Amino acid sequence: MRNIWSLIKKELRAYFSSPIAYVVISGFLLLVGYFFYSLITWFNAASMQMAQNPYYAQQVNVNEMVFSPLFHNMTIILVLVAPLLTMRLLAEEKKTGTDELLFTSPLSVGQIVLGKYAAALIMWTIMLALTAILSIFVFAHGNPELAPWLTGYLGLFLTGALFLAIGLFFSSLTENQIVAAFLTVVTLLLLLVLNWVTSSGAGGWRSVLSYLSFSEHFGDMTRGILDTKDLVYYLTFAGFGLFLAHSVIQSRRWR
Amino acid sequence: MIEVRELTKRFGELVAVSDLTFEVEAGRIWGLLGPNAAGKTTTMRILTGYLPATSGRATVAGYDVFDKTDDVKRSIGYLPEIVPLYLDMTVEAYLGFVAEIKQVPKAKRKAAVSRVVESAGLKDVRRRLIKNISRGYKQRVGIAQAMIHDPQVLVLDEPTIGLDPAQIREIRELIRGLRGEHTILLSTHILPEVTQVCDGVVIINEGRLMASGSLDELAASFEKSDGVLVRLRRAGAEEAALFRGLPGVEKVEVEGEEIRVEWRRGRDLRDDVARLVLDKGLGLKEMRSVAGIEDLYMKIVAGGGEQ
Repeated sequence: MRNIWSLIKKELRAYFSSPIAYVVISGFLLLVGYFFYSLITWFNAASMQMAQNPYYAQQVNVNEMVFSPLFHNMTIILVLVAPLLTMRLLAEEKKTGTDELLFTSPLSVGQIVLGKYAAALIMWTIMLALTAILSIFVFAHGNPELAPWLTGYLGLFLTGALFLAIGLFFSSLTENQIVAAFLTVVTLLLLLVLNWVTSSGAGGWRSVLSYLSFSEHFGDMTRGILDTKDLVYYLTFAGFGLFLAHSVIQSRRWR
Repeated sequence: MIEVRELTKRFGELVAVSDLTFEVEAGRIWGLLGPNAAGKTTTMRILTGYLPATSGRATVAGYDVFDKTDDVKRSIGYLPEIVPLYLDMTVEAYLGFVAEIKQVPKAKRKAAVSRVVESAGLKDVRRRLIKNISRGYKQRVGIAQAMIHDPQVLVLDEPTIGLDPAQIREIRELIRGLRGEHTILLSTHILPEVTQVCDGVVIINEGRLMASGSLDELAASFEKSDGVLVRLRRAGAEEAALFRGLPGVEKVEVEGEEIRVEWRRGRDLRDDVARLVLDKGLGLKEMRSVAGIEDLYMKIVAGGGEQ
């Protein structure tokens, strides 16, 4: 455990002693802030109109009209942000030869993989925490439900956990950071759009593809539904990504 | 302290190390000498647990490299050929991180960093970013990180490569200063490094052991004759004939600007050669012994193809 913590500290220091952390966090907040602003503006206008009609007035729901689309937008931004957080983690060590220091220290490959993964996940948690400040305005001036907001944030955290594990796997495959980042983006975009085929109907594959697509699972969570099926999906695939990264490193040393 | 038995490493078809056996006693500095691509780095990577061997055994500080890898890793300090530095860290922060992952207890970490900063001569740069320090200092940081957990064994892969002559001398002095406290295996393809720094040598070529032992042992077993190389005002047949006339001289050859004078090992004709040069007024510019490691190394590596 202490070994993992040493690695986490080192990775966090690497994020914050280079421009990566500041650029990625501020860019992310700028985009999220803009989406939030435009959704709130739209919500104001829409709720004003809907209030005219007693039937529609019932349906004004800040959770569904602001938070849910905001969270979906955040996952799309995350498709671009996750590779930036993970691409250097293993690829750079390989390229600069510092992997030789790590692998000749009394650390296991598992500890190295987990330490790096945890550092990226902490970065994502910091970014999420900063966006939560925006929600304070909504809670202060409106009456959104807390439960769907909480499950929404849990969903965002888990989506990050999944994306970062995939990114870490691609970082283990190559010593070229751009290759690692690009492969991650391609995979994450595929995961994002896999369920599109289901609407047009592709036979028996439909249910498989829609299960694989994270949007299905994430959708549940933004609506306040906490289903073990969704949790199992996130945790299995994140775990699988880490397992693959671990195997790649192990096998490279035995070759 | 280091024992290698019939060690073999294959990468697919390529045999990097073949049936290598050698030993290094505790407290000595041993050189792993060989031309490029001889298998030096591979051997060191196996000893440090970075690569598994295909077959054979190796023990370091009494621990088997394959069964007790973590114990071996705790007993070895390793400077890889490419110094593993995090350029965005300060020297101190980097050494602190290495101390952590080498499992130096928290209470002793500060002292450990101060100790290696002191002994590797890094005082002036301890708070600088590694990317901003000179090549020579980077190499010192590499040696410092290898010593941070006060290991019994130090494995240094080409510790002076790419440095300027002044820096090379400094690093060699630093390594020599560690004799006795640590058992050191250092690899090099530079001959003088072995004669200046090491007590003994393991010579390998194309992954095979060519010779191993202390420098004196090797010199005695490989050299049947002893001799000198003399550089004079001019080196021609006339001068060579004069040397040939000396009693006891067995062979005289003109090699470029130098004349090689050889006699049977056991005698010493250096004084006679010198006297002749002075008496005849041949204009002595240089005179040196030929029985050095240089001759030995060239013979072994050249002879490697015939075995």
